[in-house]
Amino acid sequence: RSCILVSIGGKNIMLDCGMHMGYNDDRRFPDFSYITQNGRLTDFLDCVIISHFHLDHCGALPFMSEMVGYDGPIYMTHPTKAICPILLEDFRKITVDKKGETNFFTSQMIKDCMKKVVPLNLHQTVQVDDELEIKAYYAGHVLGAAMVHIKVGSESVVYTGDYNMTPDRHLGAAWIDKCRPDILISESTYATTIRDSKRCRERDFLKKVHESIERGGKVLIPVFALGRAQELCILLETFWERMNLKAPIYFSTGLTEKANHYYKLFITWTNQKIRKTFVQRNMFEFKHIKAFDRSYADNPGPMVVFATPGMLHAGQSLQIFKKWAGNEKNMVIMPGYCVQGTIGHKILNGQRKLEMEGRSTLDVKLQVEYMSFSAHADAKGIMQLIRMAEPRNMLLVHGEAVKMEFLKGKIEQEFSIDCYMPANGETVTVTTNPSVPVDISLNLLKREMALGGPLPDPKKPRTMHGTLIMKENSLKLVSSEQALKELGLNEHQLRFTCRVQLQDPHSDTDTLHRIYTHLKSVLKGYTIQHLPDGTVMVESIVIKVSSSTEDPNTKVLLLSWSYQEIYIYL
Amino acid sequence: MKLYCLSGHPTLPCNVLKFKSTTIMLDCGLDTTSVLNFLPLPLVHSPRLSKLPGWVSKDGTLNLEKELKECAGRVFVDSQPEFCLPEKELLDLSTIDVILISNYHCMMALPYITEHTGFTGTVYATEPTLQIGRLLMEELVNFMERVPKAQSATCWKNKEIQRMLPGPLKDAVDVWTWKRSYSMQEVNSALSKVQLVGYSQKVELFGAVQVSPLSSGYSLGSSNWIIQSHHEKVSYVSGSSLLTTHPQPMDQSSLKNSDVLILTGLTQMPTANPDGMLGEFCSNLAMTIRAGGNVLVPCYSSGVIYDLLECLYQFIESANLGTTPFYFISPVANSSLEFSQIFAEWLCHNKQSKVYLPEPPFPHAELIQTNKLKHYPSIHGDFSSEFRQPCVVFTGHPSLRFGDVVHFMELWGKSSLNTIIFTEPDFSYLDALAPYQPLAMKCVYCPIDTRLNFHQVSKLLKEVQPLHVVCPEQYTQPPLTQSHRSDLMLELQPPPMPYRRCSVLNLPFRRRYERVYIMPELANSLVPSEIKPGISLATVSAVLHSKDNKHTLQSVPKPPPVPPSKKRKRVIEEPPVVLAPKPLLSGAVPLEAFLATLQKHGITEVKVEETADGHILHLQAEDTLIQLEEDGTHIVCDNNEPLVEGQDFPNHSNI
Repeated sequence: RSCILVSIGGKNIMLDCGMHMGYNDDRRFPDFSYITQNGRLTDFLDCVIISHFHLDHCGALPFMSEMVGYDGPIYMTHPTKAICPILLEDFRKITVDKKGETNFFTSQMIKDCMKKVVPLNLHQTVQVDDELEIKAYYAGHVLGAAMVHIKVGSESVVYTGDYNMTPDRHLGAAWIDKCRPDILISESTYATTIRDSKRCRERDFLKKVHESIERGGKVLIPVFALGRAQELCILLETFWERMNLKAPIYFSTGLTEKANHYYKLFITWTNQKIRKTFVQRNMFEFKHIKAFDRSYADNPGPMVVFATPGMLHAGQSLQIFKKWAGNEKNMVIMPGYCVQGTIGHKILNGQRKLEMEGRSTLDVKLQVEYMSFSAHADAKGIMQLIRMAEPRNMLLVHGEAVKMEFLKGKIEQEFSIDCYMPANGETVTVTTNPSVPVDISLNLLKREMALGGPLPDPKKPRTMHGTLIMKENSLKLVSSEQALKELGLNEHQLRFTCRVQLQDPHSDTDTLHRIYTHLKSVLKGYTIQHLPDGTVMVESIVIKVSSSTEDPNTKVLLLSWSYQEIYIYL
Repeated sequence: MKLYCLSGHPTLPCNVLKFKSTTIMLDCGLDTTSVLNFLPLPLVHSPRLSKLPGWVSKDGTLNLEKELKECAGRVFVDSQPEFCLPEKELLDLSTIDVILISNYHCMMALPYITEHTGFTGTVYATEPTLQIGRLLMEELVNFMERVPKAQSATCWKNKEIQRMLPGPLKDAVDVWTWKRSYSMQEVNSALSKVQLVGYSQKVELFGAVQVSPLSSGYSLGSSNWIIQSHHEKVSYVSGSSLLTTHPQPMDQSSLKNSDVLILTGLTQMPTANPDGMLGEFCSNLAMTIRAGGNVLVPCYSSGVIYDLLECLYQFIESANLGTTPFYFISPVANSSLEFSQIFAEWLCHNKQSKVYLPEPPFPHAELIQTNKLKHYPSIHGDFSSEFRQPCVVFTGHPSLRFGDVVHFMELWGKSSLNTIIFTEPDFSYLDALAPYQPLAMKCVYCPIDTRLNFHQVSKLLKEVQPLHVVCPEQYTQPPLTQSHRSDLMLELQPPPMPYRRCSVLNLPFRRRYERVYIMPELANSLVPSEIKPGISLATVSAVLHSKDNKHTLQSVPKPPPVPPSKKRKRVIEEPPVVLAPKPLLSGAVPLEAFLATLQKHGITEVKVEETADGHILHLQAEDTLIQLEEDGTHIVCDNNEPLVEGQDFPNHSNI
């Protein structure tokens, strides 16, 4: 599950508020006492951002906002805002009504929580307050999934949530611009996998389903109501159409119709192809897929059933699984990742005897297949995103430690940036090096740019001089003269004159001329002028000669320079 | 900063802003009022229109009977209708960097600007603006191409000839710039240059300027634009509305603190209240149907029609019109109705919450489901067999010069049972009806223009307080027909700067500051000192790097250490590298404190001499003279080491 707290430029932002589905006790929810021991979350958090509607990213939201207490803004995209309360309610029903648990949020709490939600549009820059701004990017993964760019002053963080870098049958690929964040926080569910091409996986999936149907078996596909389910439905629908298959396909629970309706109304969040053709043919109107009824599970003959939830940890999918597990003709296809502790996770690890509630055991005889359809970025995708965003630091979350370690090595090697992978409850501090924005007077800038010539010369950097005026919260860089003028100060000239005596029988003018020729011969590359008023100037140092009053052969050399020049030449 | 005004139509603007090194076109509206000078394009052969007499001047010297036809006492051009394009000669269109579109009505000239002009820039628009704009262009092209007209009339445009023509042809301006419609291929090419943006998205242009669209409340995806740098802000207000119809409400607060506000797209019907008009629309519609007549509503395929349908949805039952068929006929009718349902993000709050249920945001989905509203691509095909009377038909084009509406005018115009209800404000209804006269059918004029009226705009301007306002000249005087209504104009202090077609305005704007970034290393090395309470100064010596219009200041790189050489060099041969910061001194040296400091340094024998401008100090033991004056200090000594360092000066600022 995901729940990350980011402190940036004095702002505290909670990224996702997920729930662990493997636990049934307090460990299910994040430990919010970690954030603040005493005092309200509202005072501490500036905002909460939810990346998408999966419960491991938003499941603890009503608990946090209504039971722990948080009244500040919660940001999520429109589809997430629409779908998230349905999944929360669904989950609440299973937990409270079926399992009879108490100390859980109520329907009213979900509603109250959703009232605190501010919808977020893609690419819209939302000013949370004067300093904190957030911007959402398309993340693929599921309908309405977003990555967020969080910026305070010149520091920034990108949080990916879950994302997918390859377009699939119903969603597009994640995209972000070159925003160069200080930290990129990326999920790493498939940190080590580089998955084969989508087409192969799809063909594989269809082949397995088809074979099972041919030999009269039943196929169970545990899914979450929204997301992967729609992609697989599109896939099976077109396959059934093409192969002219007759075996029924069912989709469990009343969510189907509703879920598909969400896809129709939020069609702008799907992929290019579906969006282009939706007026003529809406891809989410299925001909072959019908609503499931509990009694159908005992019907003879082959069938395909999509049932919720996806990890076989509760609900209808678990019920059907129990019914079908004993027959080796049947098959269960797990199209996504399963959290540790769930039955889905156990059977994928090859466990063939399952302990059920009430000390009974269940023999698993049906075929178990794993098809990674869950739309997470694989190692290649994560690297691709790093290339897109060009972060200065990398932080991996939402994955397994061993796999993350491998990816961390790869990232550090390829991009030479620091990569962190904190465990739950761990704090990572990343020092940033922000530059200071300053207002420069246009006169000074233009003068400097004109002097610097059209093209910069890296070998001969030109130094610009100016004075920085710091007044209240403004920083202004102006020329020194302007600074004095603006502040009503007079410039103070500090000059030094040094008398050097030397013996020289020539006249004053001759002595000066000899000095001039001598300097001219030794100081090459300097501007040396012999001025008609009887002075020699080396750059801006003035040299004068006068005879001593007592002895005409003793000449007094007056060298005069201003305080500023010592700094320049010494 | 300059503003080039390429269109004289206040609600279909086309302006070009030159701001910092960027050239930004604000909207490219197509003035379609020119089509009123043309004969309607009938869909099926019309004996009436084909038998019109050609026009010959009274004295018979001018014969243009091939090009001009007399109809109902007026002269019309018999040719494919032409549009009045934005001015192309005022500046080189290929130099335009970006085009910002505010709503789908203001982008209809896009293909004329982006195609065949050398334009290589980017067009920015929101997704609904692009999609619905595409539909409107597609519809326009379709209307023109399905009734091709071979001849193109050009003789009448000759200045000498035009002068002799009867009005209003005689008075038409810039007729040489009038052009026929573009092709679908040009539309596709133009729209491929559009980049999508969301409300409040900040788009950087060449690092110099940032542009950002704001919700304007007028139509789906309609926007006003903020064009700003770190120190200057220009707001571009185009069609905006404060009424609660279907789009997201207008974002007003983001317009605050503008240096210049360019104001276009105010209501064209300042005296007509949209709510009242809607009521009149419904009652006239019901009255006609009850009397057994048909209702014709010439309208655009998107926009107010959604509100009309929503209003009718509530009205139908109460008015007992449950069995009356409603038809929406347009090549893009289906697309328009479908698209309206998928832009939840761009809708008002009420409609958004419907989508969460999930239900379609607009009730016309239900009208279609219950077969009360039917849509057809044209009068040909299914419509001709399913069509029942009496009925209500929504169809385009509102100018009555092309599209399916021409057919219904011919069909229903002769019966006084029927009614035509004008709802679009873009065309004068009398001019629109001119070629159909004499007409028996009833005409009702209920223009619904939800854009800001003068009262709303002056309240808005009071709130957002722009320093300067630029607007079309039409807004600076009352309308011609109501010259006594001084409330129907903008009265501001300072007065707004008016523009007309071909104006070039110098906007009153002085840029004084630019943003630079001081790199952390340099920032750490600065030594600020407090000069006055709350004001600190620090001298900065740095290397300026300018890249992509972004400026950074970095520390001056240290020169590489001189490699030790065997030969002893007496003098440095390299020219000096300017390294150390140039210190800045200010203020004066107070005598007493200075003497005390000298004493602290063991210099006690000081002879002080008063002069006109200050003092001369003679440090006898060191044989040094120090001249203290109000704005300068001069130290004269014998040895090479200066005695006192600058920082030892008491109360003396070394900045």
